[in-house]
Amino acid sequence: MAESHIDAVAGAAWDGGVAPFATNTKKLGMWLFLLSDSLTFSTAILAYAYVRLSSSNWPRPFEFSPAVINATFLTFILLSSSLTMVLAVAAAHRDEVRKAVIYILLTAVGGILFVVLHLMEWFRLFAEGVTPWSNHYVVNGQPGDPLFGGTFFGLTGLHMLHVSIGVIYLCIISYGFGRRKFNADHVEVSGLYWHFVDLVWMFIFPMVYLMSVSLKG
Amino acid sequence: MSAHAGSIHHSEAPKGWIRHYIFSLDHKIIGTQYILLGLSAVTIGVILSLIVRLHLVWPNLHIWGFANGIVSPEDYLRVITMHGTLMVFFVLTTVPQSGFGNYFLPIQIGAPDMAFPTINMLSFWTTFLALIVLLASAFVPGGATISGWTSYAPLSAVGEIAGPGLGLGQTLWVVSIALFCGGSLMSAINFLGTTIDLRTKGLSLMRMPLTVWGWFITACLALLAFGVLLAACILLLLDRLAQTSFFIPADLSVSGVVLHHAGGSPLLWQHLFWFFGHPEVYIAILPAMGIISHVLSTFSRKPVFGYKAMVYSLTAIGFLSFTVWGHHMFISGMNPYSALAFSILTLVIGVPSAIKTFNWLGTLWGGRIHFTAAMLFAIGFVSLFVTGGLSGIFLAQPALDLYLHDTSYVIGHFHLIMGVAAIFAMFAASYYWFPKMFGHMMNETLGKIHFWFTFIGVYCIFMPMHYLGYVGEARRYASTESVNYMIALHPVNMFISFSAFVTMSAQLLFYFNFFWSIKHGKPAERNPWHGTTLEWSVSTPVPHDNFAGDYPTVYRGPYEYSVPGAADDFIPQHLAPEQVAKAG
Repeated sequence: MAESHIDAVAGAAWDGGVAPFATNTKKLGMWLFLLSDSLTFSTAILAYAYVRLSSSNWPRPFEFSPAVINATFLTFILLSSSLTMVLAVAAAHRDEVRKAVIYILLTAVGGILFVVLHLMEWFRLFAEGVTPWSNHYVVNGQPGDPLFGGTFFGLTGLHMLHVSIGVIYLCIISYGFGRRKFNADHVEVSGLYWHFVDLVWMFIFPMVYLMSVSLKG
Repeated sequence: MSAHAGSIHHSEAPKGWIRHYIFSLDHKIIGTQYILLGLSAVTIGVILSLIVRLHLVWPNLHIWGFANGIVSPEDYLRVITMHGTLMVFFVLTTVPQSGFGNYFLPIQIGAPDMAFPTINMLSFWTTFLALIVLLASAFVPGGATISGWTSYAPLSAVGEIAGPGLGLGQTLWVVSIALFCGGSLMSAINFLGTTIDLRTKGLSLMRMPLTVWGWFITACLALLAFGVLLAACILLLLDRLAQTSFFIPADLSVSGVVLHHAGGSPLLWQHLFWFFGHPEVYIAILPAMGIISHVLSTFSRKPVFGYKAMVYSLTAIGFLSFTVWGHHMFISGMNPYSALAFSILTLVIGVPSAIKTFNWLGTLWGGRIHFTAAMLFAIGFVSLFVTGGLSGIFLAQPALDLYLHDTSYVIGHFHLIMGVAAIFAMFAASYYWFPKMFGHMMNETLGKIHFWFTFIGVYCIFMPMHYLGYVGEARRYASTESVNYMIALHPVNMFISFSAFVTMSAQLLFYFNFFWSIKHGKPAERNPWHGTTLEWSVSTPVPHDNFAGDYPTVYRGPYEYSVPGAADDFIPQHLAPEQVAKAG
């Protein structure tokens, strides 16, 4: 039986019977999820850019203190939690269960700290009169664009939701890994998610904080 | 199992009835659940379109379920909104991909199950919940929403002040679609992971059946499109529940009240919605194209003409689908240069589409054609695809679209190419795969009668709509008699309505055939159509893990029909070269 001309096209990795990316399917699934999630965040960021660019009265109210200091501290916490996550994955691959569980839990604590401090900042803004539907700022003699609060709370809220889900996810992983129900791959996959959430913050920090810093003075 | 790199740890079939049929992890049960969900949704959707056609020709007809039996203009809008939402999301998106795809993708690539069975179950139940939330919106105070399946802002964003159904009904609509996005994303991840990692030995990409290619490219589209719609739904929910104004402009006056919103843009919703919405059209039709190629090849007893060109054109259509969303917005106000770019890109889609059409004809050409019910529906699909595609070329021109936008012309166009064509693929798939799914054959004679009524019927329904739209019958008008020039069109509408009644009645043949044949159809052999792909190599009913641990090796491409020198006119993919019987 003559082989058809379409047979010898793909390289061996794609010929079937092997995973072409030489990785487990869970990790591939997480990468695919992160791809779609990055589009969800991109859409929210794009909407922010769209309404901000078409606005003539977009407020830029943030001062160095407390807003930027707060946000920088939040960034520091999140970056540190990424570091502990890296250590957790490394420990898991070396099969140092206790160490890995401690590092995962430290990462989760970083996440909780981030959410708590971020919420405190939210409430500080609420107290100041910045809400998703209005604010007290005056720009070019007009009231500040109400979407300032909408985009701020929308973007940071979507991100905070991801961090909170990540904390729950990490707790489940640390419990399962500690009881040997999960293996190092599970830890690594949860690490992918955590680093992604971290990465998203690296976009949100400049876009909603630094770009809203007051220009006066 | 050793041949498998995937991380599936295989298990015995679950014992309990609930684990087996309700919260099942088996892709075949989940696929069947999706198909039944789609069948329920399509039944409601068709009943709603029946109300539309009744109301358009007999506006004073008493219809059960409406206040005083009269369909008010708002009720009419509710009906078309529900019809569109059910059909687009819960039928066209769900059945060809998540239904038939779930059932046959793992079998066709020689895998025991999907890559993530639990996520598969979750995606079905999320979709189910989405359907329940959508249906529930019809029973809340104010009723279902009236904003159409596209939910254009600001109507959909400002709340109940804008009219009935725009309160809780609209909120539930958005929640339902957001849930649906979640279910579809999970499903897409599963399809991609499965196709990439779980192909059996020898099943290289260019040996995959075109059905698998269709599902694979569709999953790519779903992965990229539904994430965007999810974000858009979140923003719309914020507008509705947190009083933000993403989609509400300043000083908007609704029902005589100036709203305290500012800064938003209704156009933003259109951009986000159609960035999802246009790929969505292809999410509905690409699996259909795969199924049609598969069926045409089987019943022509010929290889698919230009297999590689079919793969590349599928990919090209998938890619281009992300670049053309602006053609839905020509009249929304757009820089003419943008309109030109969107128009040209839209016309470019005609090229891969034409490649597919000619390859389907090339597959038929000189074949020994078996006119089974499945084959008739497949040929019907090609016909509908050409007809609906041609009117698309007109609509892609901004100058013509300015005139034809929001008329019946558009209704006729997208029903033929997206709605009915995809439905034809579902019918073809049902008649074709029924023997493998249920172990019995569907009745062919009933199937053929069903085909002719449906095929002629849909042309009688949707062709005159092109004419109506061309003379100016507006879309979404509850009455065709409120405008003078439209009164003259009444006979045409009458013709459409009667065609619709006959065509809908003919679908009862399919329901009967389907459910009757599950128990009483002629018992099916393992490979009744003499197909070549792996689903025909497994026993019927398909065992719990598809191959009972004995995974096949694939030796050749998927469509080796009528190979010269071979004894049979088909050579299954899994047959080792030395097992192939020589002629003579």
